[in-house]
Amino acid sequence: MTQTRRSGRSTAELDELSVRTRELILRSVFEAGAGHIGGPLSVTDILVNLYFDRLSVDPEDPRKPDRDRLILSKGHSSIALYTVLALRGYFPVEELATFDAIDSRLQGHPCMKTLPGVDMSTGSLGQGLSPGVGMALGARHSGLDFHTWVILGDGEIQEGQIWEACFTASRYELGNLTAILDYNRLPQFGWPSAGGYTRERPIENPAAKFAAFGWDTVECDGHDHESLSAAFDQAEAATDHPTAIIANTVKGKGVSFMEADHAWHAKVPTQQELDDAVAELTSDMLTAAGTA
Amino acid sequence: MSESTIDLTSEPRANEALREVWGQTLCELTEAGANTVVLDGDLANSTRADIFAECFPERFFEMGIAEQNMAGVAAGLATLGYTPWLSSFAAFLTSRDLDQIRIVIAQPGLDVKICGGYSGILTGKTGKTHQSVEDIATFRALPGIDVIAPADGQELRAAMNAIAISGRPTYLRLTRDASPVIFTGSYQFEIGQAQLLRAGTDLGIISTGVQTVRALDTAYQLAQRGFEAAVLHVPTIKPIDIDAIVEVADRANLIMTAEDHSIIGGLGGAVAEVLGEHRPTRMKRIGIQDRFGESGPNDALLEKYGLSADYMFGRALELLGSKGDAVA
Repeated sequence: MTQTRRSGRSTAELDELSVRTRELILRSVFEAGAGHIGGPLSVTDILVNLYFDRLSVDPEDPRKPDRDRLILSKGHSSIALYTVLALRGYFPVEELATFDAIDSRLQGHPCMKTLPGVDMSTGSLGQGLSPGVGMALGARHSGLDFHTWVILGDGEIQEGQIWEACFTASRYELGNLTAILDYNRLPQFGWPSAGGYTRERPIENPAAKFAAFGWDTVECDGHDHESLSAAFDQAEAATDHPTAIIANTVKGKGVSFMEADHAWHAKVPTQQELDDAVAELTSDMLTAAGTA
Repeated sequence: MSESTIDLTSEPRANEALREVWGQTLCELTEAGANTVVLDGDLANSTRADIFAECFPERFFEMGIAEQNMAGVAAGLATLGYTPWLSSFAAFLTSRDLDQIRIVIAQPGLDVKICGGYSGILTGKTGKTHQSVEDIATFRALPGIDVIAPADGQELRAAMNAIAISGRPTYLRLTRDASPVIFTGSYQFEIGQAQLLRAGTDLGIISTGVQTVRALDTAYQLAQRGFEAAVLHVPTIKPIDIDAIVEVADRANLIMTAEDHSIIGGLGGAVAEVLGEHRPTRMKRIGIQDRFGESGPNDALLEKYGLSADYMFGRALELLGSKGDAVA
């Protein structure tokens, strides 16, 4: 099945960009000797789909007033955002090698002051949706026809501020605001349970919670570009309700020995692990393309 | 330092409530073309943001009792070129919103004006939950934010005109009750500039906010005893006017600070830092003594917490009695 996309890119092209992004994420964290892996790999397809097919943005004019806005509220997945911005042309891919280094524009958590293309500084969890509400309110007040997208982690929606923002967004009927929940269901430490600690279900039934706050909700496969595009279409069509997209994802997606393993939340791969991971990503891409 | 245009003639002084001047000035700035928005935490009739809401309803955004979200929404609006002014109580904006202000306002340097109404301990008998005795200290320690505490309505008007075009995140410290007007209409406010309200070489009183009115009263009482006290009003606590503070210390060689705030980390702390580095000088800090307040009438609070002019007069006499003791 092939959809017609606004960018003209096929699903296969987006899949290829996702593989390229994942490879660069792994290489950057390896080079930096620090950084998160699980979360960036789970949010990769969401970011690739937005930047390469959905957002009206211009890397040559990153502060264009009527551009679509993207806030990565789960700021610890910064390397995924940086990689997609680099591939999209905001800065040279080579600059990814400076991730986390002193004087780098690619800070551990995204900084709007240093890096063009970052629409809001994030890092302290639970804060990204509120500036998104401000941008959506401001767009309507200014008569600017842009859409604001905010990517939330499923752990950070435990923060009360998220629900303050949700209440406000529906109160002001912000149809120009969409939250995308990267629902990978795997927090850093977890909760006490009968058998010790469990990392399952950091938050139960998020769609019902957003709906209770007056949001439209839609679920999708956060690793399937056709499913993502369909959900984004629905969100953009909204008029007087904000939309929450529950994107079902897998932490560490794309590398079998990292998938759904909390140990890879923020672990640096060894050279061997990096080689194995890249080999697996590349081979999967060739298989998907039918050329293996 | 500038010799200010102070009104020393009108007795008794007219009273003006800072919160009402704040609401009116927001309207005036916006009428003059400022791209103002006001965000309120369901307290507009207390902070007098309701004055603005009436003039510019489409620029007034009620955020409900959700102050953390309000700070973030302001940051988002600021990225679109608006200048958001936040309306709530100092106690809530500066404590509950501290992380939000740190992450999405101070770190990116967004042009948001954090207006803490009901600051200090004179908060209309609401008590310790609604009083703020540590807001100057926390905001002074936050990189990239200007901290401004006007003494009266005239100065507030002038200060708002200055900070409206500063382009910098700013904490504006406001009070609830009407206070005497000490500045005339020709007063020019400049961010970072202290105002010498009274000259004197026996003692230098350095004060901020509405406590400056009581500092002036203290100086008048001292004058009747034959002591000439300088009064340096410091409306901008950050960036602080180092030269003006050092000059007063040079002339008086004895300093007393006064503020409706904890003596730890506020104006007294800032002056001690300046003098410690630039001109070690014997000094006494008047303010809240490392404790929370309580509810009560203003006069009783001022007396109990050591902020009244009479109390300051007594401490000043003690200090003058010890003048000449060696500074270690």
